[in-house]
Amino acid sequence: MSEIANTIFSPETAARFDHLVTIYPLKRSALVPMLLYAQDEIGYISDAVISEIAQRIDLLELDVRNVLSYYSMLRTKPAGKYNVQVCTNISCMLRGGYEILDHCKHKLGIGHKGTTPDGVFSLEEVECIGACCWAPAIQINYDFHDDLTTEKVDVLFQMYRDGLSFDATGKDVK
Amino acid sequence: MPSLVSHPDEVKVVSRRFGLGATDIDKYVELDGYKAVQQAIAKGPEWIITEMKASGLRGRGGAGFPTGMKWSFVPKQSEKPKYVLVNGDESEPGTCKDHVLFLHDPHAVIEGTMIAGLAIGSKLGFIYLRGEYRYLLKIVEKAVADAYAKGFLGKNIFGTGVDFDIITQTGAGAYEVGEESALMESLEGKRGVPRIKPPFPAVVGLYGGPTVINNAETIANAPHILLMGGEAYAKLGSERNGGTRLFGISGHVERPGVYELPMGYNLKRAIYEVAGGIKDGKKLKAVVPGGSSCPVMTADEIDVGLDFDQMGKAGTMLGSGGIVVLDETVSIVEFALRTIAFYQHESCGWCIPCREGTDWIKKTLTRVYNGGGNKKDVDNVQYLAENMLGRTFCPLGDAAAMPTIAFVKKFRKEFEDYIEGHKAGTPIITVEQLVGAH
Repeated sequence: MSEIANTIFSPETAARFDHLVTIYPLKRSALVPMLLYAQDEIGYISDAVISEIAQRIDLLELDVRNVLSYYSMLRTKPAGKYNVQVCTNISCMLRGGYEILDHCKHKLGIGHKGTTPDGVFSLEEVECIGACCWAPAIQINYDFHDDLTTEKVDVLFQMYRDGLSFDATGKDVK
Repeated sequence: MPSLVSHPDEVKVVSRRFGLGATDIDKYVELDGYKAVQQAIAKGPEWIITEMKASGLRGRGGAGFPTGMKWSFVPKQSEKPKYVLVNGDESEPGTCKDHVLFLHDPHAVIEGTMIAGLAIGSKLGFIYLRGEYRYLLKIVEKAVADAYAKGFLGKNIFGTGVDFDIITQTGAGAYEVGEESALMESLEGKRGVPRIKPPFPAVVGLYGGPTVINNAETIANAPHILLMGGEAYAKLGSERNGGTRLFGISGHVERPGVYELPMGYNLKRAIYEVAGGIKDGKKLKAVVPGGSSCPVMTADEIDVGLDFDQMGKAGTMLGSGGIVVLDETVSIVEFALRTIAFYQHESCGWCIPCREGTDWIKKTLTRVYNGGGNKKDVDNVQYLAENMLGRTFCPLGDAAAMPTIAFVKKFRKEFEDYIEGHKAGTPIITVEQLVGAH
């Protein structure tokens, strides 16, 4: 049972958080993982998320905000259901990363940090995602899609739109 | 999903279970898994450290510090608990080797963590992955859970009376957290900024306790070293550079991928034979040999052995083993700008030379790239970069300065010709397009 009387999280996530604060030598260590899991569930780090996490770890809300503002994957505003992150760092750039980014912008009709009006996709240009040898690559939520062409991107977008899911080990369109 | 490649010149040690289904714990055990840690328990810490020292293994994260020596620095007696911290925060552009390691052989990282723990007298290890590798965390978490279920982790492991636990987690997007002291800050739930050193982590580390921090590939080598013997492992590599290494070869090659080659393997052969040569029959222009922080090499400088010492003598670094290959079509001006844009974005902002230096260099190169530069800009970029070197608490300032200096020194004429040719020209792409993420 959660110690927080009115948790904003699902019972599963609340239980995970209850467990997380017990495993580390200091419970503050649970902060970054909790922010990520909270974002996965709520969609972004809302004021309510900050408030509850601060209570759970016995921190000031300011301490939580201070940490969350440092990490680029944490966001304080909602993104699309599928957050498309296009890598344009050196290895991807050499194999067409900017063409992929331009294609995504054109296809989705949005720019960097934009969200489509229907809320399905958001788009970000990001730094190296660690897929250098399979460039160019993008990450949609936590799924990697690599060795891309603009045609493959079109197929991917359609698959996401159609609600086809991808398993965690990277089932993709190759 | 990252595909696997192979080449006859490879010597597979740390990659020998890749593609064989070793994420399954029974398969891992069938392939000699968890044998080394049981030997380590039976033979004790001194034996482990002797073998690790004999192996000549040097840190695979980039700095190349001898691993056995690092483990031996941890005080034997300590009032505070000791910890093992596995650095899987692989974020150096050009580097994706640990990605494949976690994907194909997570138990090797777990077993290596246990061995490091036994060597220093620690009962708790952490495996920290970068935030973007959340799908890999699921794989590692399952491997850890399976190891607990078998009694390989937790209380009384293998029925020997020894206790060892492992906690896994990810970061949330910050290159700086790959630096060891920033990694500890992040794991303690803070902003990932570096700590002042000394004291070094071996004495005062995580939660103030003595801590061994190793790159994931370094840790994954430990079980193999104990099984084959330190001396046999050392012989696979070159002088003072024991063993093999995972090299990620990316960019303009025919067969990009992660290959395991002996330390000291010739860089030119790695590009032309192992990775199949330059893509589409084009000419080679330059190579960034060990991740984006390593000084660039020109096409006629690459006949050199891939180890820490030979690369150092060649005026660059082996770094994280991420070899990025540039063909003749690449604009060094654009490439240098993309490189510095990364470091500017990732500077934690604590040290002024890094925070301001990366910003000024990026602004100057952006102006040059867009056709508004003059020849003095090249000198200014070099001056700014040289004044960052050695003047920051952590190596990020150097990581930004070193490649910048090499770009302008080795390709000065290209910068000058570019400035001359674009004096009255219009921008090729807009600033927003190029540096949109920043």
